[in-house]
Amino acid sequence: MTAALESQPHAALPVPFLDVDKIIGDRETKIIICCGSGGVGKTTTSAAIAVRAAEAGRKVVVLTIDPARRLAQSLGVGELDNTPRPVTTIDTGAGGSLDAMMLDMKGTFDEVVMAHSTPEKAAAILQNQFYVALSSEFSGTQEYMAMEKLGQLHSEAEAHGTWDLIVVDTPPARSALDFLDAPEHLSSLLDGRFLRLLLHPARGPMRFMTAGFSMISAVMTKILGAQIIRDVQTFVRAFEALFGGFRQRATATFELLSSRHSTFLVVATPQHDALREAAYFVDRLTEEGMPLSGMVINRVHTSALAISPERALSLAEDLAGGSAVLEVEALHRHANLMRVMQTESRMMDRFASARPTVAQTQVQSLPTDVTDLAALRRVGALLSDKD
Amino acid sequence: MTPQHTLHIVTGKGGTGKTTIAGALACALATSGRRVLVCEVEGRNGISELFGVAPLTGREERRISRTPAGGMVFGLSIDAEDALIEYLDTFYHLSIAGKALDRFGAIDFATSIAPGLRDVLLTGKVYEAVRRRIKNRPNSYDAVVLDAPPTGRIAQFLNVHAAVAGLAKVGPIRNQADSIMRLLRSATTAVHFVTLLEDMPVTETEEAVAALRPTQIRIGTVVENMVTPTPLNHDQLQTAATGSVALKVPGLTIKQNHALAVEFAIEAARTLQEQQRHDRLTALGLPLAQIALDPEGIDESAIFTIAEQLTDQMSLEAA
Repeated sequence: MTAALESQPHAALPVPFLDVDKIIGDRETKIIICCGSGGVGKTTTSAAIAVRAAEAGRKVVVLTIDPARRLAQSLGVGELDNTPRPVTTIDTGAGGSLDAMMLDMKGTFDEVVMAHSTPEKAAAILQNQFYVALSSEFSGTQEYMAMEKLGQLHSEAEAHGTWDLIVVDTPPARSALDFLDAPEHLSSLLDGRFLRLLLHPARGPMRFMTAGFSMISAVMTKILGAQIIRDVQTFVRAFEALFGGFRQRATATFELLSSRHSTFLVVATPQHDALREAAYFVDRLTEEGMPLSGMVINRVHTSALAISPERALSLAEDLAGGSAVLEVEALHRHANLMRVMQTESRMMDRFASARPTVAQTQVQSLPTDVTDLAALRRVGALLSDKD
Repeated sequence: MTPQHTLHIVTGKGGTGKTTIAGALACALATSGRRVLVCEVEGRNGISELFGVAPLTGREERRISRTPAGGMVFGLSIDAEDALIEYLDTFYHLSIAGKALDRFGAIDFATSIAPGLRDVLLTGKVYEAVRRRIKNRPNSYDAVVLDAPPTGRIAQFLNVHAAVAGLAKVGPIRNQADSIMRLLRSATTAVHFVTLLEDMPVTETEEAVAALRPTQIRIGTVVENMVTPTPLNHDQLQTAATGSVALKVPGLTIKQNHALAVEFAIEAARTLQEQQRHDRLTALGLPLAQIALDPEGIDESAIFTIAEQLTDQMSLEAA
């Protein structure tokens, strides 16, 4: 095989096909995670896969972290909240079902606090100013809570058989690394050295460290203000008992994500920026040994008319100035479309030649927005279609 | 005449070309002899990628482009932790303490956990860059362009007052936040929105404009990006969109003419939808600018083409 490839050094290597139906059909696949940068159609892809899987007989729950609440619209359920809501409009003929939910970051954090501490301690934590800020604004909280929620859904699925497939739409992470780093980041922050010193300065490992620390503590107080430091101290004391649990669950979820029961799909569009972000994801997931199935490339332009942009423009030129205004504009638009297609395939070729083993499926650009179940089914069909 | 804007903040939903427009705007502002700084705050190397230069690291402000008009564009990638260390150094002469803080994980702690502090540090660095000119400090710029966080987060990001309210009622951080807020609200600052004429980005633009209004920060131009202009009027587009028009291009077969008509119907329908979204944006009562879709993709020459379109449509009031 190697010899055959070597004999045709200039032939473009065929890109392996990402078979979404095979992934959905494999009962061992229990979690599908869709990741990618903002604005590439991640939420639509997640919803389309969820609908297709449910209509193929899987018992699916789709977890989204989309602030635009558009998934709710397209699935025909009113508001999505922190509890999975059944989507009743799908075809259940194959024995499947579909629930949809949207992550409520603060709600999930509150639940964790209440589930793992005494009522008095929970009340103290929930009222703490610092907790309020942490649970609603800290930049890693969303990613972390997505992991926490995923862990919860998985336990529930295993215990009660409510679902056999969880589809996760990841947060539009600012950098590709956030998503994988989030659990580690938050837990290392919460039981990190600084907080421990803040709580128990006397227990510092060495005397000079403690001395250094009081200077630092003074600076921090100066910058942040004494009130914040006091709030943090109160919070950490109340929260201390929860630390171990947090780390443990984060580790368990991480292991689950690395297992053969999970699979990652990287979503992109055929644009330079989106493909660059996708490359980060693909490389990072590969480095971490995460199970990557491949790439979904959305909004790929297509044309049924094999006329080159040059020919279209020359035909338009012949007609220019006459009465055939619609013809001229149609030809101009076609030339434009062909150029866009050329640019897109150049971008995709470049990506594929750098990462030739990454499987791909392409979804063509749709004339209208995806806002209902019929459109989601259509996206699902395009996803699974080899062309 | 409108006062000269010295700080341009550019936001937009992911995928709308926010960074491209920020880079192009910096080029448009960099007319003969002028120096313009473009800053990014999300650590994605978006600016350096756009201009095809090596990634911007640390605190370096490096020249990334000479414009055809003879100006210079500099790039800076602002990092919250670096900004905090610099802040400590400037205000407390504590560069060593900064390093010690780093060792204890305190910098990470302070920038991640104290809500809003990260944003105050990022906007604080932009504030410092803008103020150099007013204070006659070296390395000053005629204008600063900020490639800001996406529309979904922009109001929260710029509302540094609210970010530190309840956190710091007095003290240096509070004073810093107050100064930044004064600059953001001044007549020399404008926030521009980049959008596509698609439903989601337009909706997000409407929401972000509404969220930004109470902050008293001036909103500049809404940039409609990647638009395909058409010479056809509404009736002609509607006729084409029905798909029932028989196109007769001499030299094409009946089958090809039919395929062209089907394709054109979709294009026309999309343009009609785009016009509706343009009407929604018009209803915001803000100045609009349109940037034509470049089918060849974006490279440095494309940035200059976009810059020309921005110059023509936005009042850039270059000196």
